[in-house]
Amino acid sequence: MSYVLIVGAKSDIAKETARVYAKNGYSLYLAARNVTDLEEFKTDLEVRSSVKVELVELDITACEIHKEIYEGLKEKPFGVIVVSGYMTEQHKAEKEWSESLNTINVNYTGAVSLLNIVANDFEEEKRGFIVGVSSVAGDRGRKTNYIYGSAKAAFSAYLSGLRNRLFESGVSVLTVKPGFVNTKMTEGLDLPEKLTAEPNEVAQDIFTAQQAGKNTLYTKWIWRYIMLIITTIPEFIFKKLSI
Amino acid sequence: MSLQSWGMYPTVENEVIKFSSEAELKEKLGTADELIANGNGRSYGDSALADTLVHTKPYDYFLDFDEVTGILDVQAGVLLSEILEGVVKRGWFLKVTPGTKLITVGGAIASDIHGKNHHIEGCFSECVEEFTLMLADGEVVSVKKGEELFLATCGGMGLTGVILTAKLSLKKINSQFINQTTIKTKNLKETFAAFEEYKHLPYSVAWIDCLAKDENIGKSLLMAGEFADDGDLRYKPKSKLNIPFNFPSFALNTLSVKAFNWLYYWKSQDGVSKQRVHFDSFFYPLDSIRNWNRIYGKNGFTQYQFILPKESSFDGLERILEKISQSGKGSFLAVLKLYGKKNENYLSFPIEGYSLALDFKIEKGLFELLDELDAIVVECGGRIYLTKDVRVSKETFEQGYEKIETFRKFRKENKMDEKFNSIQSKRLGL
Repeated sequence: MSYVLIVGAKSDIAKETARVYAKNGYSLYLAARNVTDLEEFKTDLEVRSSVKVELVELDITACEIHKEIYEGLKEKPFGVIVVSGYMTEQHKAEKEWSESLNTINVNYTGAVSLLNIVANDFEEEKRGFIVGVSSVAGDRGRKTNYIYGSAKAAFSAYLSGLRNRLFESGVSVLTVKPGFVNTKMTEGLDLPEKLTAEPNEVAQDIFTAQQAGKNTLYTKWIWRYIMLIITTIPEFIFKKLSI
Repeated sequence: MSLQSWGMYPTVENEVIKFSSEAELKEKLGTADELIANGNGRSYGDSALADTLVHTKPYDYFLDFDEVTGILDVQAGVLLSEILEGVVKRGWFLKVTPGTKLITVGGAIASDIHGKNHHIEGCFSECVEEFTLMLADGEVVSVKKGEELFLATCGGMGLTGVILTAKLSLKKINSQFINQTTIKTKNLKETFAAFEEYKHLPYSVAWIDCLAKDENIGKSLLMAGEFADDGDLRYKPKSKLNIPFNFPSFALNTLSVKAFNWLYYWKSQDGVSKQRVHFDSFFYPLDSIRNWNRIYGKNGFTQYQFILPKESSFDGLERILEKISQSGKGSFLAVLKLYGKKNENYLSFPIEGYSLALDFKIEKGLFELLDELDAIVVECGGRIYLTKDVRVSKETFEQGYEKIETFRKFRKENKMDEKFNSIQSKRLGL
């Protein structure tokens, strides 16, 4: 069965996504930094689903070696899912340039570098799918997390353009915009229960939307409407708000 | 986010501890005061509730599966549904499964759950070859069948430690379908006779109409079955319906219960009929409706489950069913089942006899009614199921479980009573 490459495989969303794809018979490349930490998870997937799982050492910010890594895969993947993300506290990113730069590099620059390579390959093969996990935070900049949000906004715009370009080649591109998700990244935050998704729900949503060839996925679904409201508030009012 | 139990009663605030390694749990156990493990929150009452909970569900790796012997090694947070997703396609099934697959392996051991085949296969502990357990001081021990820790932990409601991994012995199947025989009975006498007649089949359970009166008391649909042998193992779990909000509490009035019972009663046209059904609808009819517990309204509900020794089952059940029928608090679900021999575990629920399980919406006057039912249960030499319970008195509980003092002594000697406690264990002095 064909391979799916999951980038940023250590996150809770990525792991649940890996399980869903494995359950549906896909073999997996799990790519992350210090990927040997995922040995036990690799075993979990193999025992659960009897699929092949390969670990791939990859630093999303080390753009110069992305091509080498991608070409080193023993079999080209049929799909690529970019889940890697970095969220720091807003005030920290405001004060420390390194934090801002890392936010931009992980969420945007690195993803572009890798997906450029993937897109060229898929376009030539005229097949495959690409999934990028962006965020609702990219739909409008807010004072509480606009540095992370702006990097995700750039990523969303990139995915939108990529979808436009690859349409003719029959390659689908899905932009995923999760709202609150109960993960390690949000541990300690007091999230409203009704608006918060579990990682396995997000994973199932991603699989369903990707298989159906959807363009944009909000998860939970209600976030589409929450963001619709937030993006329609006039700027002269919005700038005074604290949300 | 606080964790609640399936009955949504009582609702409590709690601190939730998560862990991804033994070392991390040991450290967190050391700094915590008292706590209890909580898996997928499917026990109905207060047995997995406390101020501090160890949430074991995220500890959910599959470790190994030997397809020759059928021994599956998993971490305790793995759900039974995940096991089925993995192994049915390869021709394996759980030896023992309860009426929901949405429970963790750790929870299955702690409750020593049982299923429709108790009269043949016994409790879940029968298929547990060994497990690992973190004790009060953080030490991890491997526990094998027959050891004292095994007897205390299987059915021990998480009160001996945190179950970390388990080796389960699975059984071979050659189909995802069940050949089911449905028997319609007019009264309790006929129901009992049908259980005896069909007890050679591995699976059996009866849906009983709790609102039936007088000579119709105990009228039921008995469903008995066994796995088919057609080689069809192409298992694909279906997606679920969702009940997105709590029903207003008037939704479950006598009328709706009557309608529900009616539907089930008339399902089979003649006295005996045969069907071929999927194992998911045979074993887990309610799992297809996510959050079905919300149907009882926001005040929550409880499931009252007791078991009576065989010799006193008939009289006892007739008296209890009559009382329920009179009260008009009839439940949505009433499940009757014949059980086989009891095991050696200190607190496992099953004994040889008949068990009845009913749901009740929490409302005024309910606990008084249940106290009255308790009195009959005690008189008949029966006992109450801790996994479902939220209100039984210490006296009633103690009279049902003859090994409770052995369990208490064991807990005390090993300082487990200082670290592992639930609201239930405090209430009952477990």
